[in-house]
Amino acid sequence: MATLAEYSPQIEALAQAQGLEYYTVDFELVPENFMMETAVYGLPVRMPHWSFGVRYIHHLIQRSMGNSRIFEVMFPGDPCHAYLVDSNTLPENVLVLAHVLGHADFARRNALFVRSMAMAGGRILEQAAARAHRIEEALTEYGQERVEAVLDAALSLEAHIDTHRALHRKPYAEPAEADVPKPAAHPFRERYKELPGEAPPVREESGPRRANLPPHPEYDLLWFIAQYGPELEGWERDVFLAVREESFYFYPVFACQIMNEGWASYWHACLLREADFLPQDLYVSAIKAHSDVVRPFVSDRQLSLVINPYHLGFSMWERIVEAQGIEAARRICSEEDDFGFVRNHLDATLAEELDLFVYETAAGGETKIISRDIHAIHEAILAPKFNFGAPRIAATKIDLDGSLTLTHNHKDDGRGLDIARAERVLDYIARVWRRPVTLHTVDDEGAPREISRRAPKSRASD
Amino acid sequence: MTSRIRVSADAPWYDLFSRGARDWLRHNQKVRQAVNERLLDLLASGDFISHPTERTVRVPVRMLEHARFRLADPQSESGAGQGKGEIGDVLKPAKPGAGEDAGKGGSGQGEFQLMVELKLDDLVDWLWEELELPDLKPKPTAPIDEDELGREGISKRGIRARLDRRLTVKEAVKRRAIQSEPVPFVDDDLRFRQLKQRPRRATNAVVMFGLDVSASMTTVERQLAKTFFFFALQGLRRQYHRVETRFIAHTTDAWEFSEKDFFEVTGSGGTMASSAFQLALGLLEEHYDATQYNAYLFYASDGENSTEDRTTAGESLRALAERLNYLGYLETRAGTVRFAQTDMRSLMETLAASGAPVGTHIVSEKKDIWQAIRQFFVQQSGQTART
Repeated sequence: MATLAEYSPQIEALAQAQGLEYYTVDFELVPENFMMETAVYGLPVRMPHWSFGVRYIHHLIQRSMGNSRIFEVMFPGDPCHAYLVDSNTLPENVLVLAHVLGHADFARRNALFVRSMAMAGGRILEQAAARAHRIEEALTEYGQERVEAVLDAALSLEAHIDTHRALHRKPYAEPAEADVPKPAAHPFRERYKELPGEAPPVREESGPRRANLPPHPEYDLLWFIAQYGPELEGWERDVFLAVREESFYFYPVFACQIMNEGWASYWHACLLREADFLPQDLYVSAIKAHSDVVRPFVSDRQLSLVINPYHLGFSMWERIVEAQGIEAARRICSEEDDFGFVRNHLDATLAEELDLFVYETAAGGETKIISRDIHAIHEAILAPKFNFGAPRIAATKIDLDGSLTLTHNHKDDGRGLDIARAERVLDYIARVWRRPVTLHTVDDEGAPREISRRAPKSRASD
Repeated sequence: MTSRIRVSADAPWYDLFSRGARDWLRHNQKVRQAVNERLLDLLASGDFISHPTERTVRVPVRMLEHARFRLADPQSESGAGQGKGEIGDVLKPAKPGAGEDAGKGGSGQGEFQLMVELKLDDLVDWLWEELELPDLKPKPTAPIDEDELGREGISKRGIRARLDRRLTVKEAVKRRAIQSEPVPFVDDDLRFRQLKQRPRRATNAVVMFGLDVSASMTTVERQLAKTFFFFALQGLRRQYHRVETRFIAHTTDAWEFSEKDFFEVTGSGGTMASSAFQLALGLLEEHYDATQYNAYLFYASDGENSTEDRTTAGESLRALAERLNYLGYLETRAGTVRFAQTDMRSLMETLAASGAPVGTHIVSEKKDIWQAIRQFFVQQSGQTART
């Protein structure tokens, strides 16, 4: 692949002249299979779990149908890691290289990415690999059944973190003295206190105080279970925290997808335009690859029920740079996530130019355009991104016997949970919580619905 | 300018492993476990495809889904799209017949089906454990018909070929341990295996299946019979060295069929069960020497038999029962609850009352089949144990 290395310094020179800033990027050319697995697992080396196997097969099937092609995967950090498929053509890889530099620039500027890196450090890939290794060790030590039970629970709660709080959190503060209700004055107690040599009775340390946990609804379920799971063993806690740390890492990518892909596409287009050192045919092929990436529709269609984030983001950034200049764009890039980006910068004019609409699919499958209102469009684009794409579920109480209560915030979500799936997730949780777990939500009619599960009796506790 | 790009292409190890494949194998293992856990239901559902020659059963299953919290399916789903069109334009028409299902299985992940292949022998072994079925004993009246040579005992003399080296060396070691000036081997150390002729019981069986294919037998009823026959046969195969099968279908007349065609046959018209019994008797007399074979007949019917056939059927049954280890009568009554005594059942009961090895099993649903199978094998072993 000497040829990509030939052009890379020149593209990099262009990027730096344009003011792109980034941590070192390690590019690696990898086989397609490795690339696909990286996309499936979300990380180049990650813990094993059967659910990844299912996703893997779906990807394989889709690939065999020619549906999906992955050109690159980029992991922000210091250094950033970018993987390119070794079967990409040279023009494609030239484009991808420029695209990755755009991502690297974005990750260095955007507040969410900056915060994430400040909390987790820049070597998340290496850490993930080390965690995967520890889980392999746990597999040997505790056996597949037990490790799998923990991963079943932890991975099913993958999205249930609280990104507003820090990655490294301390346990809740002990209730201050003032919070503990003082025993009411009582004539007997008063006389008792006056007895010579009698200290006031020592308040019991544990027990009643647990009833106050958590002090507020806790949406970071992974952290809460790791921190307060009764009888959770050290290694099990580690598994929960490992999954949680990776979720924190994925969150900025998830929350800024439109901005980030748009930004990278904006820069690869920009760098490519100026790359006069590229031979004509290579240039044309690269431009062709660009338009394939940012086109709104699948080849011969004129209509799509999903919005291509590359296309939307790219169009928005072009508009922003055109209207407000590159510096304003860079400021937006550092300050917003997709929510602010779409709500503040996707205006009615652009939405109309792009022919954006809101559709509705009825139970029978009939799909209709229902609105072209800009606010409706904003919310339709953003709805799937709300709360990391998961229902709002908080831990609300630990009873004296250690049983756990979860509460679904159905008002925020607008409806109740899929009960069958919720029951199975509760089964997963109950196995590691080892006490009964109860979930409150609502059913189809909006009536309160309570699901309880308890841990299976016959658990080896070696 | 300082370069902040490094390009490398030497990652040979990436080709060497596949995490995805490993986790996929684990998934498949879990599917097998899940299949085992509800095997009884799966098998009774007749939802499997069997290849008697390959000795495997294939069960179609869905992929497992790793559950997550998800919102309930909404009444209608909305999203953002892109393209020309007016408000109210229909982009996709309603799918015919979708309605109910559309929302339900729609995770997009459960749509592919897997085929889990199970070894029939494992399956039958497992089934026997699960249902706690006894092992059958061959008919005690079956006489000794073959001799076999078996090892029995040890001797100090014999031919070289039967020298037991291990025992011989042991003997030598023992001897040397107590001798003051030991010699390596003496003739007295030698040990030879003894062979002995032993009589062996006949372990051949012939299993005949009779099926009423007259117009009143529905597909569902035939399916019930098939499932019962299938497992009864598997069970017998487990017990006997060699099992021969015969398939007889009848309406007012009876014919012999190949296994493949047997379950496909449909007939019309009335029912004369005696025709099948006589054919079975004929086959037994012609091909299967009573001293050589244990004989079984399974007969499935909806219980209706022509009234004028009653006497003939009774007589031929009686003659047949004398030749059989067991006569299993399976009355299928899919969907209908008929409390009334049927002709066939009263015939069988009369026969059973006279001490013949007859068992009646009534099956109306798939889950009854296990009960019937169980009853058959328990009764069988009980009977042989008593005599």
